[in-house]
Amino acid sequence: MKHLLILGAGTAGTMMANHLRHNLKEDDWEISIIDEKEEHHYQPGYLFLPFDIYQPEDIVKSIAEFIPKGVSLIKNKIERIIPAENKVAMKTGEMLEYDVLIIATGAKIAPEETTGMQGAEWQKSVFDFYTFEGSLALRNKLREWQGGKLVIHITEMPIKCPVAPLEFAFLADSYFKHKHMRDKVDITFVTPLSGAFTKPKATAALDHLLQEKNIHIVSDFAIEQVDNDNKKIIDYGGQEVPFDLLVTVPTNKGDALMERSGLGDDLNYVPTNKATLQSKDYENIFVLGDASNVPASKAGSVAHFEAEILTENILLYIGGQPLKAEFDGHANCFIETGNGKALLIDFNYTHEPVEGTFPFPGVGPLRLLKESRMNHMGKLAFRWIYWNVLLKGTHIPFVSANMQEAGKHF
Amino acid sequence: MEKLIAGTTVTVNEEGYLTNFAQWNEAVGEALAAEANVVLTPRHWQVINYLQLQHKSNLPLSIRQIGKSNVVDIKEFYQLFPNGPLKISTKIAGIPKPASCL
Repeated sequence: MKHLLILGAGTAGTMMANHLRHNLKEDDWEISIIDEKEEHHYQPGYLFLPFDIYQPEDIVKSIAEFIPKGVSLIKNKIERIIPAENKVAMKTGEMLEYDVLIIATGAKIAPEETTGMQGAEWQKSVFDFYTFEGSLALRNKLREWQGGKLVIHITEMPIKCPVAPLEFAFLADSYFKHKHMRDKVDITFVTPLSGAFTKPKATAALDHLLQEKNIHIVSDFAIEQVDNDNKKIIDYGGQEVPFDLLVTVPTNKGDALMERSGLGDDLNYVPTNKATLQSKDYENIFVLGDASNVPASKAGSVAHFEAEILTENILLYIGGQPLKAEFDGHANCFIETGNGKALLIDFNYTHEPVEGTFPFPGVGPLRLLKESRMNHMGKLAFRWIYWNVLLKGTHIPFVSANMQEAGKHF
Repeated sequence: MEKLIAGTTVTVNEEGYLTNFAQWNEAVGEALAAEANVVLTPRHWQVINYLQLQHKSNLPLSIRQIGKSNVVDIKEFYQLFPNGPLKISTKIAGIPKPASCL
């Protein structure tokens, strides 16, 4: 009996458990999945929670509900991976041996990386929305906030769901309009990049949204510290942005387990072959989702496409054949633009998001890189798809793992 | 689009960044720096070489990580390439500027 071990029961790990239990005989392969938590969170919901669009119960379910029969779910904290011995050490002292290891431990915020971020104003006037706790605390703050300078800020790239901060700005514009207090709120978006949009076609198609919604942009801002006393953020070039309410996306890092195991880069992401998803250092270790260092977006849709490719490659690896499935960096994301509308983007390692139709070339029904109500309905419907289709590893009809070029205006 | 710079024809995008690093050479780098009003010193070249190495290894670039690189600290990085050091230095180095997905 051989043993396949999955670390992390989030989006990526859960999908792999479902795919592989379906594809590997129970007589030959035992599959285990380890996570220290009991709850599975629909992370895209963190964006909606602060604006009272979703309630906590919409985005939290139990991990166990999504782990298939025939896979053992182990609730424990992992102390260290020992790749030279094909073993994983638990916090409790036990050792688990593996023949094949899948790392799906995700990424999380690290506010401690920035001076003053977790200072006296943390969760008073400085908030994150990349955790359940942060998002909920922000909801409570927004319910009573009387207005002032709202600053939405990205510390540094890469971050999970790179467009979420911009969506937050769009939804905030909408939220304050509905509360009849938009005139009391000044919205500024602060980014370390060269602008809110960085790709030429997206800039051309979407820059008007910022003017329409009266969102000010401060670009090329590399934060040095949060000044809690004077309520401003200061960058290395000496630029200062004052705030009454700061919604920041702190540095994102992979799990500290990688540091303990000597498996990560300086942000604790695991060096991974971007086409095959095999670890660069150990041939029986594979990595998917936010935990890897591949230059794709850190997003659930990416993990979904990766899971289809990685399942093929793991079956090839087990069969002693060369890995041939190639991941192209495919991502597909709905982007809320407020007022009941959204955009859809579809792109990969080499193609930037462009206008066109999706998923049927020339037909749609969804329009790429254009605001529409239909795309917003798509984003809301996606929560159901996530819980009922995606996590179970079921293929989503008409949406291929590799990006299709037809129907797009390159 | 094509652009003739330092006697070499290179392909650039709408914002003037090289789209094919193979077309870059030091003379092209000097000329791109002159366009950005930067006079290159040996310190500039050390930073540019580091950025190119990171790019070849497929590693994302951020100001903080450059500050931890032991090549240059962040204050000096700003002095070498004032007003948006990352977008200016990557252009001179002939590599894409750090971008988000949109």
